[in-house]
Amino acid sequence: MAPGAGRCVIEALIDIVLLTFLAIIAVAIVRIRNLLAVTMLTGIYSLIVAVLFVLMDAVDVALTEAAVGAGLMVILMLATIALTTREERPHRMRHNLLALVVVVITGAALIYATLDMPRFGDPEAPAHVHLSPRFTQDSPQEIGIPNMVTSVLASYRGIDTLGEAVVVFAAAVGVLLVLGSGTVRRRKSGESADKDDKDASP
Amino acid sequence: MNRYIVLRVISGLIIPIILIFAFYIQFHGEYSPGGGFQAGIVFAAAFVVYTLLYGLEAAQRAIPPKAAHVLSAAGVLLFAAFGFAGMLLDGNFLEYKVLLPNDQAAETFGIIGIELGVGLTVAGVALTLFYSFAGRRHDR
Repeated sequence: MAPGAGRCVIEALIDIVLLTFLAIIAVAIVRIRNLLAVTMLTGIYSLIVAVLFVLMDAVDVALTEAAVGAGLMVILMLATIALTTREERPHRMRHNLLALVVVVITGAALIYATLDMPRFGDPEAPAHVHLSPRFTQDSPQEIGIPNMVTSVLASYRGIDTLGEAVVVFAAAVGVLLVLGSGTVRRRKSGESADKDDKDASP
Repeated sequence: MNRYIVLRVISGLIIPIILIFAFYIQFHGEYSPGGGFQAGIVFAAAFVVYTLLYGLEAAQRAIPPKAAHVLSAAGVLLFAAFGFAGMLLDGNFLEYKVLLPNDQAAETFGIIGIELGVGLTVAGVALTLFYSFAGRRHDR
């Protein structure tokens, strides 16, 4: 019993430290005006969220979060900053009492709603008594592969995944229509190489 | 880029590893975390690193934007083709069991096929997005 309890305490400590980091980074993102720094912080935020997912044994989600949130999204934001501006324009802050009231009420309502949710990891939670046993018990025989996340995504919920693929494709089409393909025209040697490097690394 | 010899050497070591890791996530997704989506992003990330070091022109010589567009469309089509293949063989849309005589083998075959489709699409889309954003300056 003792080693398990110790592990729980350490996990709780790690969770608290990581969640504190998230809160600090979120505040910093709101306050900092330098967009390059904000982009870096969002990347770090994603990485910490990915670590939290790993702690919750959601490794597939963690892998996606690390690759997309900390990798690709940061690069796209850097490219956008290279196209626009590095510094957020300072705007005068006017304190809006009504907005504060709305935010506080909404936040309180959300927190109140979480009180009804099942505790984290509760085996009696509705999600764990209805569909989960069906998938965890039958999918190894039915599908024949050990990673149940893949079985659910690719087989049981195949049409959802097809929809996702189409959405991703549609996003690319939208960006292509708005921004163009970004094809670099070949230039004569001499002036090309060095200038490209500067432009491409934002 | 000749100035940064350390970056050059390290990138030469690391880019092949990133690419192989992408294929590992793609084809080992049935046994370990991962799948087409993650693999596509990691694959594109290798080319982002390449671009940051050698410039957009060099990256587009390796994979032209046209090829990335074709890749993204081909992935979705491959995915849908697996769906319609099930229908042609008297099954439902995306029903893999009718594809092969053995049920488990058929499911695995279908999953590998559609994951490949997802991987192609995501790799193509990620590259397309990156090229569109990074190449915007050159268009002007």
